[in-house]
Amino acid sequence: MIILITGLLLIIIGFWAMLTRKNLIRIIIGFAVMDTGINIVLVAIGYVKGKTAPIIDKAVTMAQGAEAGIQAVDKVVDPVPSALVLTAIVIGLAVTALMLAYAIRMYKTGNSLDIDDFEEQKW
Amino acid sequence: MIKYILIFLVLIGMAWLFFPLVVEFFTPDITNNLAANYVFGSAADLNMPNAVTAVVVTYRGLDTLGEVTVLFLATAGVGFFLKRKKHMEGIRRPGSEILKTGSEILAPLIIIFGIYIFTHGHLTPGGGFPGGVVMASAFLLLLMANENFGFSHGIINLTETISGIGYVLIGITGLVLLGLNHFLDPRWLGLGQWGRLFSAGAVPLIYSFIGLKVGAEMSGLLDSLQSDGGEQ
Repeated sequence: MIILITGLLLIIIGFWAMLTRKNLIRIIIGFAVMDTGINIVLVAIGYVKGKTAPIIDKAVTMAQGAEAGIQAVDKVVDPVPSALVLTAIVIGLAVTALMLAYAIRMYKTGNSLDIDDFEEQKW
Repeated sequence: MIKYILIFLVLIGMAWLFFPLVVEFFTPDITNNLAANYVFGSAADLNMPNAVTAVVVTYRGLDTLGEVTVLFLATAGVGFFLKRKKHMEGIRRPGSEILKTGSEILAPLIIIFGIYIFTHGHLTPGGGFPGGVVMASAFLLLLMANENFGFSHGIINLTETISGIGYVLIGITGLVLLGLNHFLDPRWLGLGQWGRLFSAGAVPLIYSFIGLKVGAEMSGLLDSLQSDGGEQ
């Protein structure tokens, strides 16, 4: 519950940073904060009370194969959000890099990182 | 002034949207049926301890193909915005002695650690995505330490392009053949012994390819950022 609220707060803080900051780099940092918040919300939704990570090792059961599957079912959390977050972190990194590349490009053409100097792109 | 009020209203609206999620949220005591099925199937069908890897590589393999495509597009976008220059202008300061010596010792170890993470993705936490990023961090260290460090752009571009197109084609083939046969089923390789490196069918193989692709893409991304980031 606390983790979910933390994640949602991070989303709102990131969104606020994206809306109010003028510097392109700070907008991108806001996006990264929002990205982290979304990941935290996903992990919080997948949590099951008192269960451990969905990896069958000594902490879960010593059994092997199908028997381990039967015993592990009521000892681990939901693996689907973990799988989503695992890939989303790396993709978030790549998207942040893409935005930074765009910021570099804008700096080279407009010679400024201030969003207000790109008036012609407003609509 | 009106702008700040509007932004404040938007944020309040967002909080209002999230409010039902917080109020109706409860932490369940038992896993739902889908998760239980995945955990059971991971151990029973695939002989694999790590249920997260089972979801990423097998049960949701097609989604992972899509995510790899997004990664590929983002990297291609960076390459499109930042042109790679043939010659460095030589404006970079060389790395310090500590960084240079440290990178010589650490970079091979970090690369081996990355390979370890993605080959053991079916047994331990991790897998292709974190492993690839760990490998790319070794290349970042080398890039920072040596001012004339460069990759063979041809090879990296070729690897990226071939694996990118290959992944998309495999995904489309899987969609076309959906329900016809066991395409994209990793059990065509032997399941092996529980908890061994060579087990769980083709999963370690697939995850190693994902790891190599993520590593190559992230390294290419770092390279384009640094070769274009300097002043002109």
